[in-house]
Amino acid sequence: MAIFLDQNSKVIVQGITGAEGTKHTQRMLRSGTNVVGGVNARKAGQELDFTEFAPDAVLSVFGSVSEAMEKTGASVSVVFVPPKFTKEAVNEAVDAGIELLVVITEGIPVHDTAQFWAYAQDAAAKRGNTTRIVGPNCPGVISPGQSNAGIIPADITGGGPIGLVSKSGTLTYQMMYELRDIGFSTCVGIGGDPVIGTTHIDALEAFEADPDTRGIVMIGEIGGDAEERAAAYIKEHVTKPVVGYVAGFTAPEGKTMGHAGAIVSGSSGTALAKKEALEAAGVRVGKTPSETARLMREVFQGG
Amino acid sequence: MDLMEYQAKELFAAHEVPVLPGSVAETAEQARRTAETIGGQVVVKAQVKTGGRGKAGGVKLAEDPAEAGAKAEAILGMDIKGHTVHRVLVTQASDIAEEYYVSFLLDRTNRTFLAMASVEGGVEIEQLAVERPEALARIPIDPLAGVDAAKAAEIAEAAGFGPDVRDQVVGVLQQLWTVFTAEDATLVEVNPLVKTPDGRVVALDGKVSLDENAGYRHEDHARFEDSAAADPLEARAKEKDLNYVKLSGEVGIIGNGAGLVMSTLDVVAYAGEELGVKPANFLDIGGGASAEVMANGLEIILSDAEVTSVFVNVFGGITACDAVANGIVHAFELLKSRGDEVTKPLVVRLDGNNAEEGRRILQEFAATAPPGTLEQVDTMDGAARRAAELAAGK
Repeated sequence: MAIFLDQNSKVIVQGITGAEGTKHTQRMLRSGTNVVGGVNARKAGQELDFTEFAPDAVLSVFGSVSEAMEKTGASVSVVFVPPKFTKEAVNEAVDAGIELLVVITEGIPVHDTAQFWAYAQDAAAKRGNTTRIVGPNCPGVISPGQSNAGIIPADITGGGPIGLVSKSGTLTYQMMYELRDIGFSTCVGIGGDPVIGTTHIDALEAFEADPDTRGIVMIGEIGGDAEERAAAYIKEHVTKPVVGYVAGFTAPEGKTMGHAGAIVSGSSGTALAKKEALEAAGVRVGKTPSETARLMREVFQGG
Repeated sequence: MDLMEYQAKELFAAHEVPVLPGSVAETAEQARRTAETIGGQVVVKAQVKTGGRGKAGGVKLAEDPAEAGAKAEAILGMDIKGHTVHRVLVTQASDIAEEYYVSFLLDRTNRTFLAMASVEGGVEIEQLAVERPEALARIPIDPLAGVDAAKAAEIAEAAGFGPDVRDQVVGVLQQLWTVFTAEDATLVEVNPLVKTPDGRVVALDGKVSLDENAGYRHEDHARFEDSAAADPLEARAKEKDLNYVKLSGEVGIIGNGAGLVMSTLDVVAYAGEELGVKPANFLDIGGGASAEVMANGLEIILSDAEVTSVFVNVFGGITACDAVANGIVHAFELLKSRGDEVTKPLVVRLDGNNAEEGRRILQEFAATAPPGTLEQVDTMDGAARRAAELAAGK
């Protein structure tokens, strides 16, 4: 088992013909992901030869997400379209009723994200289209050894009992690497934008319910109050051991640190407040990524 | 990007939010002439991106153009909470009958937009929200439905605006919402919005933050960038498309990925505590970590006079470490060919995809690089400590 994504997941790629879409389709196929097609309205009908990366991987380009789903049975879509077109791409996938939508694109105007998020909420309320959106500006979701929807390197670690949820891509890779001997059920990169779909809490809830996940690493960073709210959720609802890490103690107020959402505004969104909230909820918080990995290791090795 | 008051008011005026006549001035003479054009009493206001301008003496009333020039003279060059005043806004003075507060902002927590309004404006709004939350109406705005006359009326009603100004406030709210959406703002705030003694509602101050991700559909927003106030290293980094933030410290930092670089700063800060050194900057060279980007990044960091050592912290994910190592080698060569040979010590930590090959490449290169300029430490914590020691001269 895993969360959100497993070996049965059939994946399509929106923007499969673009440079990023092509490169990462190759990588996803090579890591064993069942990529079954792509979407690009202007290139519908083309066949793309990916047999170099997986046997029989000749993928059709479909004109729409709904057509791709109908013809392939896909339930997951990974979005690589440029920021200008992302809102339409997301709305289209939501309309088609895709189950999991992973938005890799970085640099989407936050008004567009707020609008597609509202659109997805509206579709869920009125039409029952319950699309789970992960991202935007995220590395995606990987259930090691099973499926990889996004850009997380697949060869860092294998399957195992740790669930990981993180705002940061490279810190996800770092943590997967440090704990590669134990392995991961699923790693969810939720992204560093101010407005995102799946939150720390959504992933914590799913990990708590997943029998194969026995410990959870949660990585946060400055900006917003997602970590504080996750801390409150953990206190109430999570029985599995959670280890945390927060980046950005040295970030100055009012400066955006790489991620659009990583900014301390006035006294809100500081790393210290997040760390304290997590610790108050009984989460052990590492001072460095390595110490965090060590704390998780202790959970499994009894330290 | 946070705008200064005069820039915010420029956007207000463009979208028909009522503002008083005024113009920005960079010299006392310009201020005097603007006051002359406006006629009568004017207010001379320091243009800096921080609050508390009034208390700091950065806002002055002037009776005539000569006094406006004198006040501008005094305010220009003033330091307000670390911000040097390069411009003043000279604007018509107005008597105030009542002060209100209105804003639209991105509500990250609820993943939507929020309107806030109060008939008790002119005070620190954060303070009002804490001390008298009932005096501050908070109305969620559906990003798809937006703010029409009915929604604006709902906001005005919730805040308790009186019938004498209700219609005007409803109009202003819709105009401000247009500023918010048409300009891709994450904050549009008016504090105070005032009623003048003759009953007009006017935005007396303005604060706007624009979403830089939306820059591609607002080429005209480039004019708001304050190149004079920007740190010269940050300005150069921006020209080269580098994600760089200048801090004050001795250990230069380069890494890949925003989270990892933030984390690197923290780890260096811990290691440097006892040694009395701090991280000098944030620099995320992204997943690709190409030689050219590495060279550009190193060039910026090495030209920071405060920097005495550099920590390059890379986790090979999508890009393998051997490619990153080659990037560092080429960066040394590129810098040498530009006449900027590396002379400060670099500590490199490579981990992840193909780390061993990457380390081998650097080890080989270290033998031919200028002595003492390249060291490798295999763990992030250890490398941070070493970089801090080198920065402290140990």
